Amino acid sequence: MTEKHLSEPVEVLIKSTCARFRNDEHELINVLHELQHHLGYLPEEVQQMVARELHIPAAKVYGVVTFYSFFTMIPKGKYDISICLGTACYVRGGELILEEFKRRLSIGVGETSADGLFSLRCIRCVGACGLAPVVTVGEKVYGRVTPQQVRRIIDEYIQMEE
Amino acid sequence: MITLKIDNKEVTVPEGTTILDAAVHVGIDIPTLCHMKLHEMNIENKPGGCRICVVDVEGRRNLAPACCTEVAEGMICRTNSVRVINARRTVMELILSDHPAECLTCAKSGQCELQNMAHRLGIRELHYTGEQSTYRMDDSPAIIRDPNKCIMCRRCEMMCNEVQTVGVLSAVQRGFNAVVTPAFQNDLMHSECTFCGQCLAVCPTGALTEVDETGAVIRALADPKKTVIVQTAPAVRAALGEEFGNKPGVLMTGKMVAALRRLGFDYVFDTDFAADLTIMEEGTELLRRLNGFLKGDKSVKLPILTSCCPAWVNFFEHQFPDMLDIPSTARSPQQMFGSIAKSYFAEKLGIDRKDMVVVSIMPCVAKKYERGRDEFAVNGNPDVDIVLTTRELAYFLKLFNVDLNSLPEEEFDQPLGESTGAGVIFGTTGGVIEAAVRTAYELHTGKDLPKLDFDELRGMKGLREATIDFDGLPLRIGIAHGLGNARKLLEDIQSGKSHYHAIEIMSCPGGCIGGGGQPYHHGNSEVLRKRQQALYREDELKVIRKSHENPYIIKLYEEYLEKPMSSKAHSLLHTHYFDRQNGN
Repeated sequence: MTEKHLSEPVEVLIKSTCARFRNDEHELINVLHELQHHLGYLPEEVQQMVARELHIPAAKVYGVVTFYSFFTMIPKGKYDISICLGTACYVRGGELILEEFKRRLSIGVGETSADGLFSLRCIRCVGACGLAPVVTVGEKVYGRVTPQQVRRIIDEYIQMEE
Repeated sequence: MITLKIDNKEVTVPEGTTILDAAVHVGIDIPTLCHMKLHEMNIENKPGGCRICVVDVEGRRNLAPACCTEVAEGMICRTNSVRVINARRTVMELILSDHPAECLTCAKSGQCELQNMAHRLGIRELHYTGEQSTYRMDDSPAIIRDPNKCIMCRRCEMMCNEVQTVGVLSAVQRGFNAVVTPAFQNDLMHSECTFCGQCLAVCPTGALTEVDETGAVIRALADPKKTVIVQTAPAVRAALGEEFGNKPGVLMTGKMVAALRRLGFDYVFDTDFAADLTIMEEGTELLRRLNGFLKGDKSVKLPILTSCCPAWVNFFEHQFPDMLDIPSTARSPQQMFGSIAKSYFAEKLGIDRKDMVVVSIMPCVAKKYERGRDEFAVNGNPDVDIVLTTRELAYFLKLFNVDLNSLPEEEFDQPLGESTGAGVIFGTTGGVIEAAVRTAYELHTGKDLPKLDFDELRGMKGLREATIDFDGLPLRIGIAHGLGNARKLLEDIQSGKSHYHAIEIMSCPGGCIGGGGQPYHHGNSEVLRKRQQALYREDELKVIRKSHENPYIIKLYEEYLEKPMSSKAHSLLHTHYFDRQNGN
């Protein structure tokens, strides 16, 4: 088990977060929740340190991280794309939009593109059913998206990078 | 008390009883698959996950899992309605739809609980086809994990976490992707696995099995250039018979020796001999440390911990690396045997150690890992070449048409086959420390022991303690079996609370008689008790019952080792431990 080293601020963050929850193993989900909020994702070395701080096996921490879909071990892309698959969006072709994003970015749901720019996930209803199907990129909302628009949305961000 | 009806039979049971247990009282055997109860340890695996044990409860919309549904007053259950039978068979077919149909070649075939259950439920056709899991196999020197055959019963997780507190195996992911694995889906070799094998001892399918080394033995026996010798661990003789239809606890020592000769081994020796040797070394070390301690030498650490159990060695190297100086430095009997066989005995035969093959028959899968440790080899040639478990030996005998039951009783070869009663009881919890006490007492006091049976050290309780009067010196002894119990004693030592002089630890519940390589006991502790009694019976039948009186041990020291803990004994019979906090 070779362990990558965490940066000092991250170590301090993990230790203080665990300590705030009294290093109580029953607070594992809360600890992970906070750490993901700060770090964006929960890599192996973070889980290992949490396991040590809470005195539980790393396998248990890993079990919880992989059980709940909210937790991720993959860092999010700079632009986090969410496709709504709530009922309204679904019936208005949300899945086609998702497929088009998957095809264009060559990544699956929960994955991040190799250049670290885009990540893709599904969400359930953003409360804008009138605009279905809805896609959000970061904080920005796109309504009534068609598969033809997917390329334009992606290009918009690629151009911002250039 | 609660009264209910199961299949029209009235039964009264205490509150909190499950439907499954209540049914047993009226002779109803509800089928189960994931459920497992370890009575002795008060541990029960009842995740209610497999749903094979479902029953109809009147007034309840859904079927109820009998293993984790408690009885209620006036409850009316049906365990065999059409609805129940259909549900059970459907559940079974769904489990099988994601299980490789490799029964004919599976290592667990014939002993597989899934196979047996499919048979019991009369599954003749599979109506469901769908996605199949595709996980990679995880090989190690001792245990093979094939997660494709995992049915998520989570018994292994219970053994690894609750009983052993090793914490390597855990259920991860969810739904179809759920699987039991080490952290981050690493291999066992990249985890803190101790290879105790208790996971595979309870696995209902072929998802966890031992590495089969029978082929290597067959090849060695067929090679005319090799002198092939075999050693048999004490616990093997108390369980091997079960694989040939005998009741648990039937001693097979003489027949086992005869069978091994039939297989073609050049010499049939006994690990019990090496157990006697272990006592000479470990007992001397105990007395040295004890005398130093009593003289007030602050550099001497007590308690001394036994070091015969390879899974236990792995456990403290992983989990307690700050305490590596506390266990005895004595190698395990298996490794002492290998070392002496390939030095003393090879020299006697006038052969090179490379032309000798040492095979061990062990109740243990961790022994397969132990024999491969770098420190137990000379110029790349291992002291022990091949390790077979008790189960593998049984397959081997059947493959070679040897009918164990009909063989005559034969004696071990000499010089490495002679052993005392003290060596025999190494196979049970409490046995190593009792053997050590017999020798240490007489060496320390210079007096003969009035009584050789130390009942206060015997039994099946997970944690035991006793004080033995060493001629005015009260020697305080602790005993733990099961690594969860061992952890408690270690934590006490760490925090300075421990008051013991010597502690015996065995990883498997019951000691080696309950080892991961023994015939499957399906959680039935009565089987372990019978095996334990068998070993004490063999001890009682022995003329010599104290290790230091073994004539061949005395001769070995005279001819070769000089005295216990001499420099030669040190280089051949002792070892050192490593900080392996970060896994194997």
